[in-house]
Amino acid sequence: MDKITIEGTSKTPTIIFDSETGLLELKGRSIPENSIEFYKPVVESLDKYASDPKDKTSVNIHLEYFNTSSSKCILDLFKKLEAIHKTGKEVVINWYYEEDDEDMLEAGEDYQAIIKVPFKMIEVGD
Amino acid sequence: MEHNNIMLSFKGDITSELLTSMLQIMETKLENLDEQPKTRKKVYNVLVECLQNLYHHRDEMENAAANDETKKQAIFMISKNATEYNIMTGNFVKNDKMASLSARIDKINAMNKEELKQHYQDVLSLEGFSEKGGGGLGFIDIARKSGQSLNYDFLKIDEDYSFFSLYIKIAQ
Repeated sequence: MDKITIEGTSKTPTIIFDSETGLLELKGRSIPENSIEFYKPVVESLDKYASDPKDKTSVNIHLEYFNTSSSKCILDLFKKLEAIHKTGKEVVINWYYEEDDEDMLEAGEDYQAIIKVPFKMIEVGD
Repeated sequence: MEHNNIMLSFKGDITSELLTSMLQIMETKLENLDEQPKTRKKVYNVLVECLQNLYHHRDEMENAAANDETKKQAIFMISKNATEYNIMTGNFVKNDKMASLSARIDKINAMNKEELKQHYQDVLSLEGFSEKGGGGLGFIDIARKSGQSLNYDFLKIDEDYSFFSLYIKIAQ
């Protein structure tokens, strides 16, 4: 079974994906110039996972910043989760945003409008 | 004349290393200014989009104007006065790209907050990946985050090229 751990940098997020527990986590900042290349291993693992997913998949997105190039890649991940959700399995996306960060809340709402998966918007204090 | 403090300015070739250093410098400067986290994040976010726009554009120019190094150069400046941050970027564009670039920005400028949100979602969900991954979202994102119109102009250089300047304001 797949388990991916990518350490975060000043430009890329920490990513944990554990297909055994059905957990995907993105934390930190996502502002690489070439997002497609960076997200490729995660997209591929999630693709594999989607063929035999757990009964429940939990996703935690806790980003400080992300650029528009990453936004397409994040949508790509969410589309794969939407496909899992369509098969009747449980999928929850927890979207974390810092107190007062309306831009990050709105970014979560953008995905919520596009992707048919339950979203939980979670405000965190400083 | 309003009093403007230049925080960082640059003229030349925007490489990946340079982009990274500029973002690091600006992050430190914004932290030292003791700016509200909300404003600091907005300014940083807009900076990332502006600088990466210039960076990706440089790649395009490398193909279009391989024999002309000067056309790959860009300018960038961020300044701050009592009420707002001002960001200016400038780069060469082919004259035949002018009309579509103007049309894209004019369309964005004519939209209110809700329309911009919808436009962003449409472009995000409908457009495929561009080879750079941005898919035309940069200007929309800058307009949403700054909450103000994007001012721009073109200065014709010769038969093939113009110089495109973009001015962004972010209220403090």
